[in-house]
Amino acid sequence: MEDKNNNKILISGNEAIAQGAIDAGCRFYAGYPITPQNELTAYMSEHMKQAGGVFIQAESEISAISMVYGASGCGFRAMTSSSSPGVSLKQEGISYIAAAQLPAVIVNMMRGGPGLGNIAPAQSDYFQATKGGGHGDFHCLVLAPSNVQEAYDLMSDAFDLADKYRNPVIILGDGMLGQVMEPLEAKSEKRKAKKFKKPWALTGCKGRPANVVKSFYMADGALEKFNLILQKKYRSMRQKEQRCAVSFISDAKLIIVAYGSMARIAEGAVNTLREQGKKVGLIRPVTLWPFPEKIFKQLTLKNKRLKFLAVEMSYGQMVEDVRLSVSGKASVEFLGRAGGGIPTEEEIIKKIKKIC
Amino acid sequence: MDKIYSHPKSLRNVSTHYCAGCGHSMLHKLVAQVIDELDIREKIIAVAPVGCAVVAYDYWDFDCSESAHGRAMAVATAIKRLRPENIVFTYQGDGDLAAIGTAETLHAANRGENITVIFVNNAIYGMTGGQMAPTTLTGQKTATTINGRDPQSEGYPLKISEILATLKAVKYVERVAVHDAAHIIKTKSAIKEAFLNQINGVGFSLVEVLSPCPTYWGMPPVKAAAWVKDEMTKEFPLGRLK
Ligand SMILES: Cc1ncc(C[n+]2csc(CCOP(=O)(O)OP(=O)(O)O)c2C)c(N)n1
Ligand code: SF4
Repeated sequence: MEDKNNNKILISGNEAIAQGAIDAGCRFYAGYPITPQNELTAYMSEHMKQAGGVFIQAESEISAISMVYGASGCGFRAMTSSSSPGVSLKQEGISYIAAAQLPAVIVNMMRGGPGLGNIAPAQSDYFQATKGGGHGDFHCLVLAPSNVQEAYDLMSDAFDLADKYRNPVIILGDGMLGQVMEPLEAKSEKRKAKKFKKPWALTGCKGRPANVVKSFYMADGALEKFNLILQKKYRSMRQKEQRCAVSFISDAKLIIVAYGSMARIAEGAVNTLREQGKKVGLIRPVTLWPFPEKIFKQLTLKNKRLKFLAVEMSYGQMVEDVRLSVSGKASVEFLGRAGGGIPTEEEIIKKIKKIC
Repeated sequence: MDKIYSHPKSLRNVSTHYCAGCGHSMLHKLVAQVIDELDIREKIIAVAPVGCAVVAYDYWDFDCSESAHGRAMAVATAIKRLRPENIVFTYQGDGDLAAIGTAETLHAANRGENITVIFVNNAIYGMTGGQMAPTTLTGQKTATTINGRDPQSEGYPLKISEILATLKAVKYVERVAVHDAAHIIKTKSAIKEAFLNQINGVGFSLVEVLSPCPTYWGMPPVKAAAWVKDEMTKEFPLGRLK
């Protein structure tokens, strides 16, 4: 549905992510159906070819992520998407992509788990996304959009970050964000996809020495040396890429911490409480890795009696990063539900009134 | 004087880590020779497996991607779709192609990807120490079938080439062996045909090579070559399947 006057279209989160990726220069997508992200795969099947790219419905998530590995290795912007059980399968490939230092974007529209779980929105894959997921010492950059517009906008950042650091970037959304329809202001003047030089890409060795995309280091000490290079890169990301959105934090006595869809419900609670004169604020991490710890350090340094409440659609995953960030200098409470349960505005308000 | 033999340009001048009498070293050379003869070295993107040939790129002098165990054809699929002007091939052992990667193998073949596959069947897992492979012969002793493969519990040797030959989208399947000079020459021409198919846009082509693993068969190289001829070819008859 298009509004001719202000260039807005009504679109689901899944489709906005797909269009955002295409506008960001993604030219390869491989996926395998799983609810609640099927609209993304379908959108790619319809639009990727028109954009001059390649769409493949793979035989499995493992195959899809391996295709992304191949696509990225030969120099193209590549993406796959799935939901929780499928993302578990992709961990093999994500580890290899991180190890081969390839740029790639992986979308996880989380659903209830563990196991087959259900198809209701949840945020229970936070640990998996931010603490490694696959084998080995590695990190993915993790971005968590909270509405359809941001989901679209973050895609070009995701591909730029992936190329800049030659690293996998995860978009961590959930079934709610994927399914909700909202107006989207697609860039009237499409943001030009940034061009990154890729001298390492496999293109055929004409006029240069052969390139190898690999992660195998057998020689004595070689793997440790390589791991140290990776660690240096992760430190640099930690320094430079922390992002969050904040509201009402300057005079707050209690700050809710919530990301993605959960942050929207939390925002409702903050607005209601503010109307009642309660000094409540909100921090919404946009990068989950690196976690925006700097803001917590600043705030706890200024206000020794500040309290935090982490609200999640999981049973206490992000709260661990909040606790690490305040490093004992503030009290951190937790409210969470999962498996189809979502903390409501009323529950949040009730919890806050109990705390202060 | 005419030069009749020289070191292939596509093969680096380094010493090998493969065991004496191993088929991989012979096959690396054959692949390099074919690529030189077709003059496609600068267009090649190879996909190496997990297995003894994981470091194929230490020997070949052209662009190469590693892949996770069994996933080579998925990696190759993406590369060839995005870079149709390049020549893309996978090089895989039987553990890689016929066990952990069965799904990737079957589906890349069924999609008719215009790639070339070199499938090295040595009836065993070399790199991990001689365990049973899907292709291990009935009665063959391995680290995980110490009394010999028993079809009652381990099933029969898996005939991947026969299976793939039934697929409409598969254009060329041939089984060859590298146990003597005559068969090595045949192997080379099969590999050449598989690459030519890709160059001519014919489609999915696979060459299965029966290849010795003297180390984990527990045989000296000469005996291992004889075992390929006498035992392996009984279960896996040589020739064109498609
Ligand atoms: C996911 C995964 N599982 C297991 C392994 C261990 N592994 C390495 S090589 C190999 C078998 C290789 O056998 P084959 O493909 O026949 O090659 P060969 O070494 O005989 O040439 C296995 C099981 C691995 N690297 N990755
Ligand atoms: S273990 Fe077997 S397959 Fe591996 S290098 Fe030695 S002979 Fe070759």
